Amino acid sequence: MKIAITAKGIGMDSEIDPRFGRCGYFVIIDTETMESESIVNGSAMASGGAGPQAAQAISKIGAKVIITGNVGPNAHQTLEAAGIEIITGSKGTVSEMVERYKKGELSSSDSPTVGSHAGMNK
Amino acid sequence: MKITVASGKGGTGKTTIAVNLAMSLENSMLIDCDVEGPNSHIFFKEPMVKLKDVSIPAPKFDLDTCTLCGKCADFCQYNAISIVGEKLLFFDELCHGCGGCKIICPVDAITEVEHIVGVIEKGGTADLPVYHGLLNISEPFGVPIINELKQFADDKKTTIFDSPPGTACPAVETMRDVDFCILVTEPTPFGLHDLTLTVDVIREIGTPFGVVVNRDGIGDDRVDRYCEKENIPLLAKISNDLEIARLYSNGIPMVKGLPKYRELFEEVFDKIKEMI
Ligand code: SF4
Ligand code: SF4
Repeated sequence: MKIAITAKGIGMDSEIDPRFGRCGYFVIIDTETMESESIVNGSAMASGGAGPQAAQAISKIGAKVIITGNVGPNAHQTLEAAGIEIITGSKGTVSEMVERYKKGELSSSDSPTVGSHAGMNK
Repeated sequence: MKITVASGKGGTGKTTIAVNLAMSLENSMLIDCDVEGPNSHIFFKEPMVKLKDVSIPAPKFDLDTCTLCGKCADFCQYNAISIVGEKLLFFDELCHGCGGCKIICPVDAITEVEHIVGVIEKGGTADLPVYHGLLNISEPFGVPIINELKQFADDKKTTIFDSPPGTACPAVETMRDVDFCILVTEPTPFGLHDLTLTVDVIREIGTPFGVVVNRDGIGDDRVDRYCEKENIPLLAKISNDLEIARLYSNGIPMVKGLPKYRELFEEVFDKIKEMI
């Protein structure tokens, strides 16, 4: 199964980016093979609607879980509609979060954790 | 003639300048474009009365016809439409009402409905009519209301526009298609910082402009030096006069309480006329 993690850089050792729609990168990990792939978040600079756009992108990639810091209402709704499990409140590095996920230590969040536009740098 | 009063940040006294300038001129009108918090009307006793609703066209999706092809979502540059799994999601607060998705849909699954984003109200007096717009809470885009407000400008009058603070789209919208723009600032480092940002924007737009320093005496002469260096006309300095504050707290505009300020604003207007 593929899981997506928001990260500040590329690779398993990079730090988690707490923003969802405006994160720097998504690290996509196949939990069976532990192969990872880092992709640039094309929505990071969107003038509006970065959350739903990023949610569509990871849905297209086929990820079933998103591990991130915070998710706003529009992104939450889109991820939910796409049937993607949402895990928020993450900290540390990508590999640490993957380990914790595999051990079953993380639980999903069923409501947005921040208001609209929280990830925008004003 | 159309004159916009703008400011790089809130709280510089922009509205006070706009109202007092309008009151000092013959045959003028005031249009308050700060649709997120209009307050020019507080200087007038007359109540504001609703003139009309402002709406933008919003798409309505016929989900039975929709094939989930995704063309509308790809097209929408504001990301107001998401297609995930077997669902189409529409976020009305992201929609700018451009109408593009309706044109793009190959199976005509999209129709347009009017989505009300705010109202326009009128008040003031017969001599000095005042218009303002109010953006509904939760609606993020003031520009459609500002565009409608601008239509009320009467060519036979001198129209003063009170711009929203800042340099984002709504402010830009009020700074263009006008004859002159007054930038209000305070003589402080923050005031200067915001002024330089606004100057960059207005130079880009190309509207002639000048500066009014409000609360002169509270800071330093950096704004003066900047204007001199940049060759920007300094139209007036309004001192940090306790008398103005006292009148203000009683809801009396300075030009009504202190005739010397009426002269000051008339001079500002004369200077502007010479420049355009
Ligand atoms: S009308 Fe324009 S902004 Fe609104 S959803 Fe359609 S394409 Fe997007
Ligand atoms: S373009 Fe039309 S058919 Fe395609 S997803 Fe949008 S509404 Fe549905």
